[in-house]
Amino acid sequence: MADTTRREFMLGEGSGTGSGSQNLHVGMGPAHPAMHGIIRILTELDGEVIVRADVEIGYLHRAFEKECEAGGWNNAIPYTDRLNYVSPLINNFGYCSAVEKLLGIDVTERCKYIRVIMSEISRICDHLTCIGASAMELGAFTVFLYMIKAREYLWELVEDVTGARLTISYGRVGGVKADLPDGFAEKTLRALKETREVLDEVHRLLTGNRIFTDRMVGVGALSREETIAYAITGPMLRAAGVSYDVRRAQPYYVYDRLEFEIPTQKAGDNYARYLVRMAEMEQSIRIVEQGLAMIPGGPVNVDFEGRPIDPAAYVDRGKQGKTDGLLLVPLTLSPNLQGQQRAASERINADDKRVILPPKENTYGSIEGLMNHFMLIMEGYGIRPPQGEAYFPVEGANGELGFYVVSDGGDRPYRVRCRPPCLPPMAALHRMVEGEMIADLVPTFGSVNMIGGELDR
Amino acid sequence: MDGAAILAGLQRRFGADLVETHDHGGDHTAVVARAALPRLLAYCRNELPLAFDVLMDLTAVDYLTYSGREDGPRFEVVYHLYSIVHNHRLRVKVRVDEDDAVVPSAVPLWPIANWFEREVWDMFGVRFSGHPDLRRLLMYEEFVGHPLRKDYPIDRRQPLIGPTV
Repeated sequence: MADTTRREFMLGEGSGTGSGSQNLHVGMGPAHPAMHGIIRILTELDGEVIVRADVEIGYLHRAFEKECEAGGWNNAIPYTDRLNYVSPLINNFGYCSAVEKLLGIDVTERCKYIRVIMSEISRICDHLTCIGASAMELGAFTVFLYMIKAREYLWELVEDVTGARLTISYGRVGGVKADLPDGFAEKTLRALKETREVLDEVHRLLTGNRIFTDRMVGVGALSREETIAYAITGPMLRAAGVSYDVRRAQPYYVYDRLEFEIPTQKAGDNYARYLVRMAEMEQSIRIVEQGLAMIPGGPVNVDFEGRPIDPAAYVDRGKQGKTDGLLLVPLTLSPNLQGQQRAASERINADDKRVILPPKENTYGSIEGLMNHFMLIMEGYGIRPPQGEAYFPVEGANGELGFYVVSDGGDRPYRVRCRPPCLPPMAALHRMVEGEMIADLVPTFGSVNMIGGELDR
Repeated sequence: MDGAAILAGLQRRFGADLVETHDHGGDHTAVVARAALPRLLAYCRNELPLAFDVLMDLTAVDYLTYSGREDGPRFEVVYHLYSIVHNHRLRVKVRVDEDDAVVPSAVPLWPIANWFEREVWDMFGVRFSGHPDLRRLLMYEEFVGHPLRKDYPIDRRQPLIGPTV
């Protein structure tokens, strides 16, 4: 290399590197500002054109599937939060539904509506993040700020309901953790109004914007046939003209009672994906509004008569055998357990003692409730689905999110497989970027909306 | 087409090569002999009344410690098929022994099988014959063993490989 000049080395030409030009290998990532999450894309460039690309994943592998096998069936729920961490509620519900299918139980009407409403709020959050981040990478920082502002309103709702913003662990096999809080409907409608305004603003900023369209139209396109062959689902499939959406094709929860459209585009390029996501957010808002209007039981407002007593006193009375009428006395629960009072618990949870923790009144006030509680919590007990297997698909923000669970009849999952919706587009990424400029890699990668937690599990 | 009719059709066509069928929880499942797997998958994909154009998922299960199945074939490779045209699903499974854990690759039918099969090889050590590029997908090259096997302890630590000097 001693006789290679710097120019020869950098440009790959001249005597030091053989005669003529040669392709240059450039690695993007694992730690690159435009690679949200950690991923490595090895590209072979001819000038600025990508000749070949190889995608290397696994940097965020946390052994999700292996960890699930180590604890009880409900213990896997916090791990599912960390799959798609932008819309974790959908993962929660998808996993719970798979286990419910295995158990053959049906959740209550109210729970189904809660799941639909929370899933759609999560979907909007996810699309906002995706579009905001891709726009930022193309220089539209304003859009990013606007969209994150809207996401903030929605995450406040999520926080109200679940107590957390990201690691929500709100789903339960057979129900959800807690009922909706007071005033949820009004607050949601206000947040949706704000979100609509942001979407409107972003439409005006981006949709006809020359700088944006020049970078998006015709870039990163994938034909309809290839999209299907690569098992790509969700907005990317719909952007290629296929109107497949699990919510419509194989409705779960109450999606078959709600009115919404499946937006599609023909081109299959980054711009089409952007348009589909923007239209889908509008549809999700419609779904939430309908859900709030149709949810049985109306807005939750738990109002007990009589004097509530605190849990310690409740337990004492139970232990002393003063159980006469005790179960009718309301209990003051700690804020952590808000929404789990007996009345709420019956509304949101399936009526199945094999699966659902008894309401706290029963646990503290009666020996049956206490035993029921222990039977679900103690090591070696807990939920025990019968031997068998089940696959349950839900429409995640990026496409079909499927959970395949296998039970050997024990208290732990024998196998939990998550079908990550963003793995297929990553497997096809090289097809989208080959033959295009290296600068186009960034918007194309953004339109895939890769979520590392879900891709690498 | 509804799942029962799909299974009946496969039964007529493949006869003894279809080891077992069931529909637990409404998921129609066909367990097929390994030798017939490529034919069956191609049939599922190409036959118009079936038209399974999407390989939704491909994974494996290690039945080493499953009560009642300790003596049977150790691995089961599981294909979840979906048809966009007909909106129906099918699960296809094939069983393989540990000492002969090789399954014909589905890459010629569905390119997405490339990554799914790499993941199964990585996690379970099941090989796919005819796969163009069977590298590990999630773990690194130097990793020893296959972590989702039931005999791989969850707390085993492996030295992370630093830069080679």
